Amino acid sequence: MIKLEGISREFQVGDETVHALNQVDLQLTRGDYYSIMGPSGSGKSTLLNILGLLDRPNAGRYWLDDIDTTSLAEEQRAKVRRNKIGFVFQAFHLVPRLTAAENVELPMTLAGIDPHERKQRVHSALEPLGLLDRANHRPDQLSGGQRQRVAIARATIMQPTILLADEPTGNLDKASSRDVIETLELLNSKGLILLVVTHDPEIGRRAKHSIRMEDGAIIDTSGNRP
Amino acid sequence: MLTRDFIKLAIGSVWAHRMRSFLTALGIAVGIASVILLTSIGEGIHRFVLAEFTQFGTNLIAVTPGKASTLGMSGAVVSNVRPLSMDDAEALKRLPRVLDVVPVVQGNAAIEAGHRSRRTMVLGVGPAVPKVWLMKPSVGRFLPDDDPRHARPFVVLGSKVRSELFATTNPLGKRIRIGSESYRVVGVMESKGQMLGFDLDDAVYIPAQKAMSMFNRESVMEVDLLYAPDTDSEELSKQVKQLLTSRHGSEDFTIITQDQMLETLGSILNILTLAVGALGAISLLVGGIGILTIMTIAITERTPEIGLLRAVGAKRTEILTLFIGEAIVLASIGGIAGLILGAGGAWLLGVAVPALPTHTPWSYAIAAELVAAGIGLAAGVAPAYKAANMDPVEALRTE
Repeated sequence: MIKLEGISREFQVGDETVHALNQVDLQLTRGDYYSIMGPSGSGKSTLLNILGLLDRPNAGRYWLDDIDTTSLAEEQRAKVRRNKIGFVFQAFHLVPRLTAAENVELPMTLAGIDPHERKQRVHSALEPLGLLDRANHRPDQLSGGQRQRVAIARATIMQPTILLADEPTGNLDKASSRDVIETLELLNSKGLILLVVTHDPEIGRRAKHSIRMEDGAIIDTSGNRP
Repeated sequence: MLTRDFIKLAIGSVWAHRMRSFLTALGIAVGIASVILLTSIGEGIHRFVLAEFTQFGTNLIAVTPGKASTLGMSGAVVSNVRPLSMDDAEALKRLPRVLDVVPVVQGNAAIEAGHRSRRTMVLGVGPAVPKVWLMKPSVGRFLPDDDPRHARPFVVLGSKVRSELFATTNPLGKRIRIGSESYRVVGVMESKGQMLGFDLDDAVYIPAQKAMSMFNRESVMEVDLLYAPDTDSEELSKQVKQLLTSRHGSEDFTIITQDQMLETLGSILNILTLAVGALGAISLLVGGIGILTIMTIAITERTPEIGLLRAVGAKRTEILTLFIGEAIVLASIGGIAGLILGAGGAWLLGVAVPALPTHTPWSYAIAAELVAAGIGLAAGVAPAYKAANMDPVEALRTE
């Protein structure tokens, strides 16, 4: 369960104050699938960063699974991020010197989970993605689609509440894009809240709900599919 | 995070840039190696010099005439120094706990044996030299225990003088001329080698009284006292002072105890070791700057990775320790390599140039290793702190 109430975020650019987010309210429940669309500078990324606890709002409250995140200290936010939030980035952001398996393992390594259990969980995460034979490859030995699927495995290995995908197909060709989106949707069907920021209307339409943003505000939320 | 994961991650990122890490560690290695090599030489010299000095025994007190002090007038005006006499030496010998004394008169004279002649150092000494200076005759015996005022004209040769004058023939019982007098050879000293420019093998030993008349002196130049082991040298030197002051009327002599001298010498040599160690430390510092540079570059390069680590739940403190850990790994690898290089170099030097004494003090080696890790820590802190305080949003946006 996610609840945003009156979230505002301002940036100081020179003498000017830019309102990246302006009084945004949003409520997401288990199994929700939203796409966020809008022109550049409309506040999509800022909203994503605030939802991902990478950024703090100037005003408003944000509850994540009944935790009031706005009152948390930075080190506590890191823990919430680790356990409840998954990120998928346009640029994949895999650690180049670690293998696919080690990249997937990374959040568990940081959480101090027993290595034996980590191995098992990596195995069961990579298997449905068809990446087991790539487990010991480094990112530069993987295709774009494979890299993004490794990133998705890493984002979901801690069984988070919400998966935040920022242009997950931005660097991929059509076929790989479909693979990646289908992987995300498969995870969503198991109850994970999925939020995809995209410029691609086709991908935007696939979500159950579409959010349109402009000038830091949500101007339209529509249901796409039953 | 588990400790072994932490170590694995730190070593992993050092290993990922092997060449760069190697060169950075090399900087520290050179620094540590030079510290160890230089302190090994310093410590070797330390031990060598101390051994040179203690080869004449440690329970010694030397009394020399004259007192180093500052007076209100020119020293020449108040030059009322009474020389040390043979009687003084005799009196000192009667002090409790003094085992024996050696009065010393030194000079240079021509020595003739048959057709050969050689100018060499003449030491006028007492019969107690073997006991006090720990020098034994290798052939024959030392000067007999004659009445010091009427000592017979016997001479003991240094090993070099013997080989120069007599080559392989037996010198015992032969007559040689020293100055204008004739002496009979009663012994040859074992080889002692050089000490601070004095070649004790290139010397002859005659009774002190004879040397005094040969060099036209009324007094001896030094009296060496051997005292019983476990004697408080300070207490004894006080008694020596009392005795001589009462005999001379004033304190016109200088007392140097061997342990005092060794202490002074030891502290001088310690400073020498410390100074050469400090020279090596300069290169260690340069190596530390190398680590600082590489860590700064690494953090700029890995900005997106830092952002990602934050996004997957790494705490600031974890980022901080990860990067400091990397710097320490780099420095420690360099430190271990430097230890091997330095100790190996010192050993090789000792083998290749036996004249140059080297000794690797392990306390220095361990200190150097700790310093290396400390340098890694110091060089790692600033870049790691920068990494830990990055804004994750900005970091992730960086390409």
